[in-house]
Amino acid sequence: MKLVEHFTHGLTSPICLTWELTYACNLSCVHCLSSSGRRDPNELSTAEAKAVIDELQRMQVFYVNIGGGEPTVRSDFWELLDYAIAHDVGVKFSTNGVKLDEARAAQLAATDYVDVQISLDGATAEVNDHVRGPGSYDTAIRAMENLYEAGFGQFKISVVVTRQNVGQLDDFKAIADRYGAQLRITRLRPSGRGADSWDELHPTQAQQRQLYDWLVARGEDVLTGDSFFHLSAYGQELPGLNLCGAGRVVCLIDPVGDVYACPFAIHDQFLAGNVRSEGGFREVWQHSELFGELRGPQSGGACTKCSHYDACQGGCMAAKFFTGLPLDGPDPECVLGNGETALAKLEMDTVIPKPSLDHSHRKTRGERKDGGPVPLTLSVRRPDKACDSDPLAGEGRRLPAGVRVN
Amino acid sequence: MTAAPVGVPTTETPTGAFDPALPYRLSSSVSVRPESFGALVYDFHTRRLSFLKTKPLVHVVQALEHHDDVHGALVDAGVAEPDRDQYLRALAGLARAGTITQRPITQGETP
Repeated sequence: MKLVEHFTHGLTSPICLTWELTYACNLSCVHCLSSSGRRDPNELSTAEAKAVIDELQRMQVFYVNIGGGEPTVRSDFWELLDYAIAHDVGVKFSTNGVKLDEARAAQLAATDYVDVQISLDGATAEVNDHVRGPGSYDTAIRAMENLYEAGFGQFKISVVVTRQNVGQLDDFKAIADRYGAQLRITRLRPSGRGADSWDELHPTQAQQRQLYDWLVARGEDVLTGDSFFHLSAYGQELPGLNLCGAGRVVCLIDPVGDVYACPFAIHDQFLAGNVRSEGGFREVWQHSELFGELRGPQSGGACTKCSHYDACQGGCMAAKFFTGLPLDGPDPECVLGNGETALAKLEMDTVIPKPSLDHSHRKTRGERKDGGPVPLTLSVRRPDKACDSDPLAGEGRRLPAGVRVN
Repeated sequence: MTAAPVGVPTTETPTGAFDPALPYRLSSSVSVRPESFGALVYDFHTRRLSFLKTKPLVHVVQALEHHDDVHGALVDAGVAEPDRDQYLRALAGLARAGTITQRPITQGETP
């Protein structure tokens, strides 16, 4: 059996996992995969978080990707970081840089087994702040300067590829080179608030081709988190497993201890259990019904008849789910255009699943400095019913982007 | 995937040529997690993950420290004669990646 088939059937422990420590965040990025903003009062305590780390050590999960929210705003963040490293659980954490002043940068530079990933979604302030909010570009660059000056070594710059920044890939690479960092680019998903901004932000078909060509030509030292495997259908397989690892080799632990199949699938349908339940994380990983299903035979539906199915495997489960497409249908960004066709055929009353949780700040952030474009443009989709005039009609269905039903 | 027992190419960090006549051991920064196919290998120092794609190779890697040379570990793991060249190539790759490292020759051992 090939290695990748073993992965499909699941491993005794995840290869790595994402752990979102808090839903609290100083920013309100319009594409936030976890709809973060406000802290959840039910967040795991320091002791509970340490118990999870103990469990990960016993299960030999060698490293975790810590995120949020903004993980560094947790007052015990640095304590948990040290605890994990001392217990053979390496840490890579994602941050917008807000807490990475000179002193923290020096502290990190002196710590082994920690990797830092600074989020940046535009190579210019204009493009970045459009998505991540005013001042966020300067905050990120300052954090990079601090890490560079402190001699941290090779940190990561993490970019979500959007319609607005796909033309800046060389510029991102130049920023990474300037700070001795490594570029990581990942795919935008219609998860969390990303569902609201998807229509505006996700790359066009032509841009996807541009991205693929760039990855083939210049992507050798660029990390992708294996997230562009749907682009392999263009021809050459991209480096990586080319496999959806959800519930098989990766998963998500959210701030309240819920375990989801993947970070982009915060929805009851992908909720496998909670680390607070009897048996803890190990029980959820090894015996939950959901993960058992994900490790069983999958139906590729009509996609299995496509000659590119071996390359793309039908694409991303979360991307399909949150655009209303069936899980055995094409990815919304299918490079052959099958996703667009399927989206166009969706019935008017198709129920588009919404994320189960929303921790967004109750007030949207203030006016943009430039008074620039409002990120949430109106959807081009048809209203649920032609006669609906009440904007709240069709709760739970796709609303014009920007209209949020709480 | 090929039939080679080691997966995931790694950046090479030269640590001297691999010599199966010398004693080796798993590097101190490396952890091994058994799985049905073989094992996951993680180097906490380089943060590099790789895969040992057969169970005998896992056995060889873990047996290295108990033997005066690499050949002894291959015998210990029951690697058949015709397969040994392939295993030695895999081990040379692991040595280049720093997963296994030469062990000082201790008293009682002959070079």
